[in-house]
Amino acid sequence: MLRDITLGQYYQTDSVIHKLDPRVKLVATIAFIISLFVVDSWIGYAVAAVFLAIMIKLSKVPFRFMVKGMKAIVMILMITVVFNLFLTPGEPLVTFWKLTITKEGARIAVMMAVRLSFLIVGSSLMTLTTTPNSLTDGMEKLMGPLKYVKVPVHEVAMMMSIALRFIPILLEETDKIMKAQIARGADFESGNLIKKAKAMVPLLVPLFISAFRRANDLAMAMEARCYRGGEHRTKMKPLQYHAADRVAYLVLFLYFSGCVAMRVWL
Amino acid sequence: MSLILDHVNYSYGDDTALAVHALKDVSLVIPDGQFIGLIGHTGSGKSTLVQHLNGLLKPTSGAIYYNGEDIHEKDYDKKKLRSKVGLVFQYPEHQLFEIDVFKDVCFGPKNLGLSQKETELRAYAALKQVGIEDDYFYQSPFDLSGGQKRRVAIAGVLAMKPEILVLDEPTAGLDPKGRDEILDQIAKLREETGITVILVSHSMEDVARYVDRIIVMNRGSVLYDDEPREVFQHYRELEQVGLAAPQVTYIMQALAKKGMKVDTAATTIGEAVGEILKALK
Repeated sequence: MLRDITLGQYYQTDSVIHKLDPRVKLVATIAFIISLFVVDSWIGYAVAAVFLAIMIKLSKVPFRFMVKGMKAIVMILMITVVFNLFLTPGEPLVTFWKLTITKEGARIAVMMAVRLSFLIVGSSLMTLTTTPNSLTDGMEKLMGPLKYVKVPVHEVAMMMSIALRFIPILLEETDKIMKAQIARGADFESGNLIKKAKAMVPLLVPLFISAFRRANDLAMAMEARCYRGGEHRTKMKPLQYHAADRVAYLVLFLYFSGCVAMRVWL
Repeated sequence: MSLILDHVNYSYGDDTALAVHALKDVSLVIPDGQFIGLIGHTGSGKSTLVQHLNGLLKPTSGAIYYNGEDIHEKDYDKKKLRSKVGLVFQYPEHQLFEIDVFKDVCFGPKNLGLSQKETELRAYAALKQVGIEDDYFYQSPFDLSGGQKRRVAIAGVLAMKPEILVLDEPTAGLDPKGRDEILDQIAKLREETGITVILVSHSMEDVARYVDRIIVMNRGSVLYDDEPREVFQHYRELEQVGLAAPQVTYIMQALAKKGMKVDTAATTIGEAVGEILKALK
């Protein structure tokens, strides 16, 4: 029922990409997203596509998992494409009724679609190959320097990992409560909007109660183990760069400078 | 009037690397009025199986018939099926949501489209059946004790007047007193109304006293399906799948080994006492 959400879901397998340091993957994802907005030529997009395809191949994650993540943004994608297609002024290409498709509009619409879908596929590649925990670990380490300007980096990272950890738990809980209420004759599907909203009450009330109960239990468990924030806290497995990570940084640097070079000279 | 499972298979997460074949070729006939214990180790597929009984899960292959009708036919009325096959989930108290106990129990019958009066009559009867006193009717369900909450939740399903009552681990997390209360009430309810009861549990001890048929699940398939006394004869095999026979079985087996002429098929303490006294005479 609710198992279709892949954004933020880890796909377990053994690959080069999975083994990379989370910091590398974070930096790479950010660089990849920036590169999508740096390049503005078709060759540039082709290079990005090849880069992405190689990464997907290396990650050993089946392609359909990336596509699943796309489902969530199909609406946004459509709206973007439609608006750009019809509302960009320029040289008319096709006109029917009151709508005009311009050459520039078509170009921008396609570009936007490519950019958005690469962006989603790229970032879901990161979440599919990195466990939420190592992701937040990486983030904490990367944002480390911000500590000196009084940003509570550790606390933010901890909150993020807890939030991420709770997503599957709450989804499972939702599924369970939904089934329990359906077994009592509840109907979540038919009826108009108001009726549907009302039908959510038997789902949301127990869900909130259970979320609070779990949060309370977790806080207790953390306090019982003397958790007191990031000060002087050490890690059991501190993050360390290995040879593969250095190679990855080099590849990333080549790709990114290539993109910038294309923007400048092409 | 019966429930038939015909070669039911079910697997979770078919398209991921972690596909789990949760049910393997399960065929069962559940006739009217039986008291059935469904037993299996954690992860043996018992919860998955019970969710098939009222159509919450659709088998990957195979079919389920209720009163001779395939419940996954297109125009089959699932809502009606769910009122006939009442399913009480594990930790059912987590599904309570209304502002008072009485209203929460009314939720089920109200969903069936019954009149206000009929709904309230049924809710009242159901709460009485599980032994909730009138004083609690207008309290918030969240102020009750764990055992009381669970009984209210069971009443919520009973109020739909099911013909088959399925309880998924109704005693999980309760103290011995709460456990005995719930089980005794279920047994009493069955005596009074004659409905079919399927009790899911991982404890043989719990079910041995009450049921007249035990279905043992292991890794998604049915291992044994027989009367308790017959099933407990396989106590060694049961141990291998992470279960155990009731203590009485072990005592009787040990006595028989020592040369005492007792029937090892005794399942309850009462029967065992009778057997031992007979042998000592």
